[in-house]
Amino acid sequence: MRRIVIVGGGLGGFRTARSLRAAGFDGDVIVVGDEESLPYDRPPLSKQLLAGTFTPEQCLLAGETSDVRWLLGTAVAGVSLGRQVLTLTDGTDLGFDDLVVATGRRARPWPGPPTVARVHTLRSLADVAAFQADLADAVDVVVIGAGFVGCEAAATLRQRGLAVTVVDVSAHPMPVLGDVAGEVARKRHAEHGVRWRLGTTVAAIEGQARVRGVRLADGELLPADAVLVAIGSLPNTEWLAGAGVALRGGAVEVDRTGRALDEAGAPVPGLWAVGDAAAWAHPHAPGPVCVEHWSNARDMADVVATNLVAAADERTVLTSVPSFWSDQYDMKIKSVGYLRAADQLALVEEDPARRALLVEARRAGEVVGVIAFNMPKAVLGYQRALRLRSA
Amino acid sequence: MKIEVDVGACEMHGDCVMEAPEVFDLQDDSDVVTVLNDTPPEELRAKVESAARMCPVSAILVKD
Repeated sequence: MRRIVIVGGGLGGFRTARSLRAAGFDGDVIVVGDEESLPYDRPPLSKQLLAGTFTPEQCLLAGETSDVRWLLGTAVAGVSLGRQVLTLTDGTDLGFDDLVVATGRRARPWPGPPTVARVHTLRSLADVAAFQADLADAVDVVVIGAGFVGCEAAATLRQRGLAVTVVDVSAHPMPVLGDVAGEVARKRHAEHGVRWRLGTTVAAIEGQARVRGVRLADGELLPADAVLVAIGSLPNTEWLAGAGVALRGGAVEVDRTGRALDEAGAPVPGLWAVGDAAAWAHPHAPGPVCVEHWSNARDMADVVATNLVAAADERTVLTSVPSFWSDQYDMKIKSVGYLRAADQLALVEEDPARRALLVEARRAGEVVGVIAFNMPKAVLGYQRALRLRSA
Repeated sequence: MKIEVDVGACEMHGDCVMEAPEVFDLQDDSDVVTVLNDTPPEELRAKVESAARMCPVSAILVKD
């Protein structure tokens, strides 16, 4: 019986398994995941789970789990693509006919000296549980990094009544949104009591047994009972080193059918990759890029599952339009398109009373994406147009 | 075919509108998706099932 092994038990891995069954695959499906939990959804972690309005069980991804074999709490040490065998960290070997890389990314750790207690990252259920435990008696929290995780966490922590300071080297939060939208978001956070330290860097996280504060480059000490380090992510692909797979920024390079490529650009037989451990050539990008959005993991998983059961000459091509969302206070932020391709971000509509705005991302005058606050309907038109063009 | 939306789960992502604009729509002044037709004709089944499958919060239930 044909056996498909999926490494990674997050959205990409779970979705690949579900879509394989939906496509009629009746062979073995084995998911190897290094976390103990069945697959769960990460977007609620910085919002509902951190706020305490969701339990971990409510974060579990919906769908059947009984028709898949789960090897949870199990990490992969290495792979031999020639022999088609995975080696798990407990020393056992696991053979496969096809292998899907869905290992995703982990939070980038603080790059300074080993950190003291009460310094956290936020990427997993375990991360949130550990952070929550230290928030119970906390007053001051410093968030290092004003990206989406940092901003969502800051909003949630303010709603929990904690004193929150956010530090980032950028002049505006969520720099990919540009200056105008970034400034609107900065003000909204400030109105909710977030203290900003923007355009500055962290010199050190200070403390003995536990964190005492965050020292900035200009000497200011921000007192902290807990610190959240939200400075991006790293791909979980070390286990593929030396396997003969092309890695771009650590992510597995794939063609638009989801097949992993070797350094010469040829497909590696039986090897596929999905989600944010994979890099693919979006038509607006200069080369293979890692699209770290929920929707990208969903769409890549669907394409790879379809192609795993399709005949070689009937494969589906990935046409996913990058899209993401973020909820902070009363701001529903939504974007479609590959924003990094833009050479201009142009404000085309604004309604301050509703905290609504629409920013077009353009390249040489052509619309390649859009950013909207509280204008979900307007986004649909852009999404439809971009989808038609990418098909 | 009967469509039920979990209004507590819906976050207005709009993926359903992309899949089945005959059945779903968004309004800027609403917090939940607008269902244009909760008993759509059988010929829309593939689109409606796709809408349910694409929903990031699994808020759409398609009954029989």
